[in-house]
Amino acid sequence: MSSLMQELNQSALDAGLPLGVHLDVTYRCNERCIHCYLDHDDHGEMTTAEIKDVLDQIAEAGVLFLTLSGGEVLMRMDFFEIVEHARALLFDVKIKTNAFMIREKEADRIRDLGVRSLQVSIYSHRPEVHDAITKLPGSLKRSIAGIRLLQSRGVKVIIANVLMRQNLSDYAGVKELAQELGAEYTIDPTITPRMDGDRSILPLGIEGKDLRQVFRNPDLVGNVDEFCAPPPAVDDDVLEETPCSAGHTACYISPYGELFPCVQFPLPSGNVRTQKFLDIWHNSAQLNDVRSIRARDLPVCSTCSHVGTCTRCPGLAYMEGNMRGPSTQDCEKSFARTGIASANMILKASRLAMPGLVQIAGLQQ
Amino acid sequence: MSAIYIARGTKLAGRKLKQQMIIMTARDSVLSSLNELGTAIWDAADGVTPLEEIVERKVCAEYDVDRTEALKDAEEFVQDLAGDGILIVSDQPIVTPPNGATNGNKTGGSQTTEAPEAVREERS
Repeated sequence: MSSLMQELNQSALDAGLPLGVHLDVTYRCNERCIHCYLDHDDHGEMTTAEIKDVLDQIAEAGVLFLTLSGGEVLMRMDFFEIVEHARALLFDVKIKTNAFMIREKEADRIRDLGVRSLQVSIYSHRPEVHDAITKLPGSLKRSIAGIRLLQSRGVKVIIANVLMRQNLSDYAGVKELAQELGAEYTIDPTITPRMDGDRSILPLGIEGKDLRQVFRNPDLVGNVDEFCAPPPAVDDDVLEETPCSAGHTACYISPYGELFPCVQFPLPSGNVRTQKFLDIWHNSAQLNDVRSIRARDLPVCSTCSHVGTCTRCPGLAYMEGNMRGPSTQDCEKSFARTGIASANMILKASRLAMPGLVQIAGLQQ
Repeated sequence: MSAIYIARGTKLAGRKLKQQMIIMTARDSVLSSLNELGTAIWDAADGVTPLEEIVERKVCAEYDVDRTEALKDAEEFVQDLAGDGILIVSDQPIVTPPNGATNGNKTGGSQTTEAPEAVREERS
């Protein structure tokens, strides 16, 4: 991160100002990805006027970075009106889309509006794999065509490759495809629970041994020795750190106006349909609770050797039942990187090894 | 000498924080911050007010500075920003407002008696 960005973040943090907002404009989608965490029905999305009002408010609050996502953003007929309004307010706009509906006209608009980047999810370079994940025949071909149109207009495209069991062997192919298209490439091995708490999609995630292999691929992680190094000793500074930007300098707003600390942290904190954004930002008990948490307040993680380097997501921990608790998926990542078990993993193993419980389990069989 | 007109670039994002304009260019994702004086010039970049008049109103009226020197500095400053697409510079009024160009969020200006110089700090 550049020093100016660090200064900006620190300045916003010190002043209690929001810098980034992720706004999902719709949950509707033309794809039905097998790992998706959303309910795609429309339960009463914000109107164009409501969204513009929210954008006005967050601009006034100081937000610079705006991510527009969904669902599929182009399912909204007014999407470009929203982007135009956002750009008129000088937001730094990033868009997440599957690019299926991007044709010449849409690519021209995106270029003309000065959108900084588009992130497009590509699961495989093979149509039979990609389309089986999106459940939309022809989706890979159309998404690639959309990316080409954007690239030909000088719009920056980032291909996001979510990794799961179904496409585990294809990430090299997707990376090559990204290179051929002139797009950036990013990989994400995290499958998140559905926003309603349903965890049935988690088994789609890749196994630990495969995650270990991914983390040892220099094409993906750069310097493997550095990436997989054992965690350094924990000191007081580490224990005073905040977990991430969620609720501190960033937040998430759903198509229904609900405000959460992050898209991956569905802790209801207010609704911009009934309250002003800044009122929620400053006064929400939930956001203030999130902000109060330091690493030393995490009962299990504060005792863990990984606490300073773990990617622990407080949202995933919340969805496991306790936002101050561990995020098991991140424990698994730390273990896959370093081969060192987390405090949470050791605790779980010791519970399983309690003789009394083993005996009861045996009796039940 | 012909007049210089300045307007804000079209492919950038910006927000005013603590009296300073923070600008992100879409082309290369470079983050810049303008100091108070640079921000004042940015705010006044409406495409139709000559730079000379902007300098008169925003610099000479508020700081004890030589007018010719201030204009020369301002010209260098706007040309520097124009090189990165942050400002559009022309010898004709820029009639069509650039797409998406507004003032960002509005905050009151403040004065200083320090030696005035419009400055940009840049980081990629």
